Amino acid sequence: MHSWLKNSPFYGYIGLALVFIYLPVIVLVIFSFQDGMLPVPPFNGPSLQWYEKMFENERLVGSLVNSVVVAVASSLVTTILGFLAAYGMAKRQPRFAGAIRFILMAPLTVSYLIIGIGLLITLNILGVSKSLLAVGIGHAVINLPLCFAIIYSQFGDHMKNIDAAARDLGASDFQTMIRVIAPIMKPSLFAAFCLSATLSWDEFIIAFLLSRFEVTLPVIIFEMLRAGLTPEVNAAGTVVFAISFTVVTLAAVVMFFGARAKK
Amino acid sequence: MNTEHLVVLDAVSKFYGDVKAADNVSLNIEQGEFLVLLGPSGSGKTTILSILGGFTNPSKGRVIIAGQDVTNMPPATRPTVTVFQDYALFPHMSVSDNVGFGLLMRKVQKKERLKRVRESLEKVGLAGFEDRGVHQLSGGQRQRVALARAIAVEPAVLLLDEPLGALDLKIRQQMQEELVHLQKNLNATFVHVTHDQEEAMSIADNIVLINQGKIEDYGPPERIYLRPSTLFTARFMGETNIIDAKIVSRTGQSVTLSSEFGEFEVLDDGQPGTTRHVALRPEQIKVGSEQTSESLMTLGEARVTEVVFHGTHKLCRMRSGVNLEKELLLRLSPDRSIAIGEMLYLYAQKSDAVILAH
Repeated sequence: MHSWLKNSPFYGYIGLALVFIYLPVIVLVIFSFQDGMLPVPPFNGPSLQWYEKMFENERLVGSLVNSVVVAVASSLVTTILGFLAAYGMAKRQPRFAGAIRFILMAPLTVSYLIIGIGLLITLNILGVSKSLLAVGIGHAVINLPLCFAIIYSQFGDHMKNIDAAARDLGASDFQTMIRVIAPIMKPSLFAAFCLSATLSWDEFIIAFLLSRFEVTLPVIIFEMLRAGLTPEVNAAGTVVFAISFTVVTLAAVVMFFGARAKK
Repeated sequence: MNTEHLVVLDAVSKFYGDVKAADNVSLNIEQGEFLVLLGPSGSGKTTILSILGGFTNPSKGRVIIAGQDVTNMPPATRPTVTVFQDYALFPHMSVSDNVGFGLLMRKVQKKERLKRVRESLEKVGLAGFEDRGVHQLSGGQRQRVALARAIAVEPAVLLLDEPLGALDLKIRQQMQEELVHLQKNLNATFVHVTHDQEEAMSIADNIVLINQGKIEDYGPPERIYLRPSTLFTARFMGETNIIDAKIVSRTGQSVTLSSEFGEFEVLDDGQPGTTRHVALRPEQIKVGSEQTSESLMTLGEARVTEVVFHGTHKLCRMRSGVNLEKELLLRLSPDRSIAIGEMLYLYAQKSDAVILAH
């Protein structure tokens, strides 16, 4: 019997799982090319009219730029903070390392809604008004655990000796970090940045709660949905998906080749 | 202050809770010496090296290098450089940048730095490797780059933490020779940690045998191997036969020892009733015909139970003593034909036997 035949239930199961995950996205993308007023069957396409309309929508294009700014800025902050935390934990191995790691990772388990409300109250007390800055802070808070975990996982035992060797040869703490440790960690820093950026890019709840006049793309899409279902929403969703997909792929490729180069 | 020694470890201890990783270790190291810290894993030899390098602070005691108390000095400012077991090369830098890193940190001008990088690479046999990446090098070459990086900053003491552990046997033996050449050519001071007693004997001027955080034995390899001062040393420094004995009587300087191989007289200052161990290396036991002489100790008849051919010798396991219960190891000439079950008559020179009290 051919092995693929023997494995066919296995492949069938994987196929079903993939269809379950990707079918909604595929449908969304297809109907963004709809030639007609409604993103529902039958498909009359293909047409680029809704993309044209979308890019003429100044408020939407503005929010796209806002999203990019928030994603890049908040991810820069999380990557740097995550790196510093991971480096400190890996190098010093503090007394309550397990507890500190738990506290750093715990926000992953809290829903964005709770974090968003908490931030809303806290920023209100601190006098920071609802704005893109507040959204950026929110995204930094939710993405820090993931950035820390990705970077921390790449600090092996060999990094300890490399760190010790750099100091032994006369490098200061700062020189060791900038000249030796950070360059070696570049692939995981980049991956953490990319993942954080994609999560920020399509994050809705916190962006919705913490922004007012200037908003991000997911908030605009939500507004458009409330106004009514048009293929323009599909087009905007497709753009969001395409950019996320590209950035994540880029991160995966860099991680993969970075890990291979280390061997 | 002890200015005549390059390095002085003065009653150094390191405690981890109840564990004494280093227990009151005092040691002097001379300029130009190749010292090997030898011991089983967990004996504390690496802790002592780490205290020398400044990576571990001793719980007690002082470390003096070149007349300067460095006990609380960080690694960066000490006149020592450590070569790590995994080399700890910087993977994102070229060979040249790795070797020049210490000089760059010391703000040596680029021209001078590149000159010294070239010289260091020449000394370790890697001339022309400047532009290679670390990933393009073999294990032996990485080892050399790590050495070049360390000697480039001309440390007073070079510390080597099991640097040959990850290499194949053949490259390891070659590197042992090269380490000795390098050390003699530079007239540098090397402190080398290993658990391999053969490696220690082939490279060391002096061996410090560490056991449970303490110095068990100290001296040149020949002395440590041929005249071990403790039972632990005798056992650790290669294969050995230990015969348990008891002092039965004393006449002047010598005592009579009683063992399962009969009684013999040796020089010893012990009291009757105390126990002794007689250590004989496998190559010190000889095969011959029955004979008696003042200078010999006879071990009687033994049966061959196993013969393993090693090229340079045959290693034979024998049963001997009362009821043929005591196992002995012998090294015999490789061209000698021996059959299992054969009975041989064994003896040894009394002067070869080492009498150990503990």
